[in-house]
Amino acid sequence: MDLNPTPQERQFRDELRFWLEAHAPRDWEARQSATDSMEARFAFLRDWQRQVYEGGWAGLSWPKAYGGRGATLMEKAIFTEELARIGAPPLPGILGLELVGPTIIAFGSEAQKQRYLAKILSGEEIWCQGFSEPNAGSDLAALRTEAALDGDHFVVTGQKVWTSYGWASAWCELVVRTDAGAEKHKGLTVLLVDMHSPGVEVRPLRQMTGETEFNELFFENVRVPAANVVGRVNDGWNVALGTLMHERALLGAGLQITFKRQFGRLVELAHQIERNGRPAAEDPVIRQKLAQCYAEIEIMRLNQMRAISRVMETGKPGPEGSIQKIFWSELNQRFQQIAMELLGPYGQLTRGSEFAFDDGQWSYNWLRARGNTIEAGTSEIQRNIVGHFVLGLPKSY
Amino acid sequence: MQFGLTETQQVMKNSAREFFSAECPIAEVRRLMDTPTAADAALWRKMAHQGWTGIVFDEEYGGLGLGLVEMAVALEEMGRALLPGPYLSTVLLAGIAIDASGNPAQKRKYLSRIAMGEAHATLALVEASARWDPDAVQLDAQPTPAGFALTGRKMFVPDAAAADFLVCAARRGPDLGLFIVPRDARGLTVSPLPAIDETRKLYQVAFDNVPVAEEDVLAIGDSARAALDRALAVATVALAAEMVGGMQRVMEIAVEYAKARKQFGKPIGQFQAVQHLCADMLLLTESSRSAAYYAAWALQDRAPGADVAVSIAKAYASDAYREVGNRGIQVQGGMGFTWENNVHLYYKRAKASELMFGDATYHRERIARLAIDRPTDNL
Repeated sequence: MDLNPTPQERQFRDELRFWLEAHAPRDWEARQSATDSMEARFAFLRDWQRQVYEGGWAGLSWPKAYGGRGATLMEKAIFTEELARIGAPPLPGILGLELVGPTIIAFGSEAQKQRYLAKILSGEEIWCQGFSEPNAGSDLAALRTEAALDGDHFVVTGQKVWTSYGWASAWCELVVRTDAGAEKHKGLTVLLVDMHSPGVEVRPLRQMTGETEFNELFFENVRVPAANVVGRVNDGWNVALGTLMHERALLGAGLQITFKRQFGRLVELAHQIERNGRPAAEDPVIRQKLAQCYAEIEIMRLNQMRAISRVMETGKPGPEGSIQKIFWSELNQRFQQIAMELLGPYGQLTRGSEFAFDDGQWSYNWLRARGNTIEAGTSEIQRNIVGHFVLGLPKSY
Repeated sequence: MQFGLTETQQVMKNSAREFFSAECPIAEVRRLMDTPTAADAALWRKMAHQGWTGIVFDEEYGGLGLGLVEMAVALEEMGRALLPGPYLSTVLLAGIAIDASGNPAQKRKYLSRIAMGEAHATLALVEASARWDPDAVQLDAQPTPAGFALTGRKMFVPDAAAADFLVCAARRGPDLGLFIVPRDARGLTVSPLPAIDETRKLYQVAFDNVPVAEEDVLAIGDSARAALDRALAVATVALAAEMVGGMQRVMEIAVEYAKARKQFGKPIGQFQAVQHLCADMLLLTESSRSAAYYAAWALQDRAPGADVAVSIAKAYASDAYREVGNRGIQVQGGMGFTWENNVHLYYKRAKASELMFGDATYHRERIARLAIDRPTDNL
């Protein structure tokens, strides 16, 4: 056990910091509260991804043969942390980089690798995922979007929901049912679908925050070349699951830094805001809650470090990895609640109010956190996974 | 960066588990908790033979010279076995206090006996105020021609009746001092405090002009304070690791029960309401484990923020062990509430451990002082 960075890790961090110093835009956080259109903001993010790509930092953990850097999981974590530390903009092609690309690398044909991977790295083509459906959320394998073979094409009809970046995407990794007669996990196939194909419709899905992070996708007799199947026909569950495992392992990495930054800001505010005639930071109840939050954010970091060490050593996630999603999502809800409590009535004010702290960031965070225990696998599904796959209890469903 | 046990540490962990399964099964725990001190001479000799009584001390004094991560490994297994008796008091309270403050002669005389397993000892710190903060110490140390005379009363002293000697925190005027007092010293009275955890006995210790020879004065002033802080920090991390082992065992017992016990024709572990209680136990246990091992490493490496890491580990484990216990009992239903079921023994240890060295509220306030009053860039 040695929690000091190795010389290589230190060198990687230094090199990255040097590059970020020269290239990372400093005005992202200000831009978020600006009145730019969604499209203008997205163009800005794409430009940022192109710079990251040209700097050689995109697809960090991808094999070098496919344009990646062959970095270790620890270097990947360092990269995520460093970007979060300076408040760098997110990469708009994140789904391609983290989910679709690795899936194509693991299961795709050589022709697919040549066709898609480079443009995922550069951000030239943005990807979305067509997984969840109105009647297939937690029970993903119950999905009903159909694909029937017609000559050398599949004809796709159905509906997807909760698709991040759907409106901006050139391509979609779509899970469809290709054998209605098979057991539900066994009749699925993963298709790569050109979002500009006739019959694809993208509608915005407005969330309780007022934003439209997600879309609904409608497919009506969309023709997809059979060459766009990833892996084997009717083996889509394994292909899609590989992607989901990536998603669960990675979501927490940069978040602990983001939480720490937000926490640091909240502490500053706690020294300024008065409560019962003294700074809130001196109120014993607030102190207890802030300290608990601080402890939990730190433990989230430690769980993450343990999980990374375990995967690097054994190639498999350990029990500490399986709890990460539950841990960070429930922690963020408690954290944002404490923030709201500390800010008092001012906390509810939204962007644009001259009295809102940090231009309404806190009321937004509080609302957005509500989705955390639902997206990427609800807390209930996560606990089922822990119960069955980690503790060996009988499957409940 | 590598956050996991080395091969040697893992071997040590496995052998500790084997040792305690063989030498201290739960039947032995139940037998010992019914004895006055819960200490067993034969078991202690075997533990000494394994080197555990000297694990973190210099080889010069009969120790193994290992680090605090190895200590945490051993403590985790002791906690899993619910080892009764004065290990924590002897090795990690008295032992570390002497190691951090004693001169070579004192270490040869007292620390060597601890390290070799030849003596039991404890630390007399807390008083009627029930405050763990060394600032609260008031027991009076009066200078005498031969040394000092101690007068006052200590509370919640663990394992005092088993101890051959006590390290006592007292005040000479405004200065904190650490003194070694044999348990059979004139004027010293040890009386049991019957409490819920019968595996680790607590005592009131009254001092009535108890003489301390000059050569048994460990430290006075800043060095006494530093030694006490070190002993408390190490013992707190050790306790947090011990608590992790207890949580692990409670979770295992509950999960085994949930797989075997059938109601409505199926194992109760198939019901999500039960499964989710078990998942919570895993989350609490693994998170406590991350915090405890990190604190052990940080304290060993004298990493910046080690003191806050100690409080994070203890604050989190204090709530977590109790909550794991609650779920462990709830999963087992009526059986979990019976005397013959073993989880209540862990549940009581959980409560006693929560209260020892400061509970979650105490350590959260300490975190607040370190991380909120003096916000530093921890990134």
